[in-house]
Amino acid sequence: MVASEREITELLDRALGLSTAPQTEALYLGQDAALTRFANNRIHQNVREHDATLQVRIIDADRIGVASTNRLDEDGIRSVVERALAIAERSAPNPPAAILPEPDGREHDPQLGHVAATADAGADRRAEGARAVIAAGEKAKLQTAGSFATSVMTTAVANSLGIRTQHRATKAALLTVMMDGFASGAASGYAHAGSTDVGEIDAEAVGAEAARKGDEMRGAGELEAGEYEVILEEYAVAGLLEYLSYIGFSGLAHEEGRSFMELGKRVMGENVSIWDDGADPSGLPATIDFEGVVKKRVDLVTDGTASAVVHDAATGARAGSGSTGHGLPAPNLVGPMALNVFMAPGSTPREELITGVKRGVWVTRFHYINPVHPKKAILTGMTKDGTFLIEDGKLSRPLLNFRFTQSIPEAFSDVRAVSSSTRLLPGEFFGGYRVPALHLGSFNFTGVTAAEGGE
Amino acid sequence: MNDLIQLALDSADHLGARYADIRVVERRNEGLTVKNGALEAATSNVSAGFGIRVLVDGAWGFSSSAVLNPQEADRIAAEAVEIARASAAAQKAPIELDDTPPVTASYRTPYAEDPFAVSLDDKLRILMEADAAMARVPGVAIREGNVMAGRETKTFASSTGARIEQEIVEAGGGIEATAVNESEMQQRSYPNSFGGQSVTGGFEAVRALDLAEHAQETAELAVALLDAPQCPSGEMDLVLDSTQVALQIHESCGHPTELDRVFGTEASFAGTSFLTTDKLGTLRYGSDLVSIDADATAPGGLGTFGFDDEGVPAQNVPLIENGLLVGYLTSRETAPVLGRQSMGSARAWSWSHIPLIRMTNINLRPGNAGSLEDLIADTREGIFMSINKSWSIDDRRLNFQFGDQAGWLIRNGKRTQLVKNPTYTGITPRFWGSCDAICSASEWTLWGLPNCGKGEPMQVGHVGHGAAPARFRGVKVGVGRW
Repeated sequence: MVASEREITELLDRALGLSTAPQTEALYLGQDAALTRFANNRIHQNVREHDATLQVRIIDADRIGVASTNRLDEDGIRSVVERALAIAERSAPNPPAAILPEPDGREHDPQLGHVAATADAGADRRAEGARAVIAAGEKAKLQTAGSFATSVMTTAVANSLGIRTQHRATKAALLTVMMDGFASGAASGYAHAGSTDVGEIDAEAVGAEAARKGDEMRGAGELEAGEYEVILEEYAVAGLLEYLSYIGFSGLAHEEGRSFMELGKRVMGENVSIWDDGADPSGLPATIDFEGVVKKRVDLVTDGTASAVVHDAATGARAGSGSTGHGLPAPNLVGPMALNVFMAPGSTPREELITGVKRGVWVTRFHYINPVHPKKAILTGMTKDGTFLIEDGKLSRPLLNFRFTQSIPEAFSDVRAVSSSTRLLPGEFFGGYRVPALHLGSFNFTGVTAAEGGE
Repeated sequence: MNDLIQLALDSADHLGARYADIRVVERRNEGLTVKNGALEAATSNVSAGFGIRVLVDGAWGFSSSAVLNPQEADRIAAEAVEIARASAAAQKAPIELDDTPPVTASYRTPYAEDPFAVSLDDKLRILMEADAAMARVPGVAIREGNVMAGRETKTFASSTGARIEQEIVEAGGGIEATAVNESEMQQRSYPNSFGGQSVTGGFEAVRALDLAEHAQETAELAVALLDAPQCPSGEMDLVLDSTQVALQIHESCGHPTELDRVFGTEASFAGTSFLTTDKLGTLRYGSDLVSIDADATAPGGLGTFGFDDEGVPAQNVPLIENGLLVGYLTSRETAPVLGRQSMGSARAWSWSHIPLIRMTNINLRPGNAGSLEDLIADTREGIFMSINKSWSIDDRRLNFQFGDQAGWLIRNGKRTQLVKNPTYTGITPRFWGSCDAICSASEWTLWGLPNCGKGEPMQVGHVGHGAAPARFRGVKVGVGRW
């Protein structure tokens, strides 16, 4: 059951009231989440979670203590405050991190992205979506797996400097992988849809997209690894941006010299612009961060030039720019993070992207991306669920999956065309990404998995 | 709590569940992180709740709550039954469990020094001494050290009469130095990446790491890597240290032997497996030297426990025997499909998650190649790589690529030139088939890996991997353009 705004306010005020420290922050994170999972054309996992956590951050003479609990009665609140106080009392001072944000007078919509239909969606609604996807897979004679998730997430922050903010949003996400068996090299297709509104999830369309792709992938053959022009579908672009956000768009990574983002320098092609905007309703909105700061739009890459990184209260203070509203829950060792990422559309109709490719590779999505060299933003990963050879502007045949090892800023420095449409996709691990499809001049595939598993 | 458990199971039964189980769990974590001489993070977290899993009309339902009272147990049991009925609407065949007998039992992690009883001052001193030693090395940009402690108490009860109490205690720690220049960022960790070493056990494991003693050499290597030449590209003989062998086991043996992956039920997120059941007993997974066990009983392993989260006792079972695929990680739902009993690998990350098949301690048996230096001396030309920094593998667990923090060229049996950004790539059975030497038991370490991700919603798993340094012939190294 989701707590009311008043109940949460009382809880946070109670925590602040129990603290004897000069500065205290109370963070409430509530989640009411459900997920229906299917595989082999049946529902095999179906779960629901009700949880809420109170986290208390104490700052006393530059000493910091953080404690959390999900026991939210009087004893639980008192205990978590006492534990945070005790840690702060015994801690060593850390002035660069001992910073709570102050209210800046900016307003925000505390319910932007909250849709009652999503919050109310039950197991029957998710099962109905699962059945529609499974039916599409069965029609194409493919084995269907996937998940349909709905959730309500509540973030609320109060601190002793006067911050009092709350935000509540919903999310619905339906994804599927359809396969012609589990052998290496077997055909597979994919589709994924995300929205704040479960009513916008068209399960039949998701099923049809994955079934078509899976069917087209039958009979995939090998193509020698190497550098090719590529069309990256939105799924692939979103996957890469999720990792650029993790390793490069953070103010802490920039401060420590770990990021590829050299501010003021050209890092990508001039037809590439990337920004973060938690208040854009066309994304998966979050209008405040986990320190209670109202999120600002941050233009990260503007016409190919690295223009800014995101900050929390501590990195913003050290950079002299202040928080941009991208703090994670304290103590934050990862640094601030861009979680509402947008990439500018171009002018090429999506279906015409391929016409400019004489010989290249179509990539539907990537699997298991990971950084190889964060500072150069070299990533590796596999193509998956729809890789095709392009010849003379048309898909000519399905391909076995490639491994890539590629600097992404380098690849994004030769963007031949950008689709005029964008698609909203939930991140694999965090955030939301509204991105176009791209035609890149070169992408380095460093290996291929043959059907029998050889190289 | 007894009332809550009984009420939940009775409610599920009353509402039509053929089987039900409940886990009531409290997890406490404490952590300290020192960064550049300052206490960056000191945390104390508590999460408690219960999760109810029911089988209704042959289909699963699960719900969970942090509110620990009988009324909530009644409500959550009803919700789990309702969810199971929705599952049954898209059910092909009823789920059947194996006949593991219900037991009444208890288990506690043995330890010498309770990690929660060690003072913050004591832990801080260990980290500050290591930090000071790293700070003495010019050129280190970021110095980090951490220690952690975890305690999970859980009660498992089922409608068939099982009642199991467990207390799992964990401890761990490590240090890391980062050096940065205009174009490079290089890191070195001790004793491993992924936060260092972590175990089930007490704080004695952290003290034994002697972080301060190893801090200077750790920092010096990070700085030296900045100016080291790039790892060459080509095929060569590869010697891996035990930490990298551990991750290689994790990605290319642990995950593909999870029987739920093999059956396709993780296809939508993590993927499937090339180790399909038609290969059981016939597939040559590796060379004759390669024998790998799943051992949930290994003392100190991060994947060690008394019973899994379906009430199955911890066991040690072979997965790979002299290079041949002989077993899988199983659960009560998957094992009967192979005509077997669960070997006890169903584990849940928390009270709010369902048990999935997870690794326990997946251990490569030691060989007889002596020490690491013996193995290098036995290698005419090649490269030695140490401590992971990058990993990726395809959805069937065949095509992998790893990057390590440091590499050294081997020439005429000697470790020579340090090289940066070493990477290697391969195909799982071909790679393990090329293994021609594994160091002896004296070089074998049971490494804890605290960040294994699986499932939707994502669950983090704490697992272990016992490994000794090993050699692989003719491996493709130095991948990509640099």
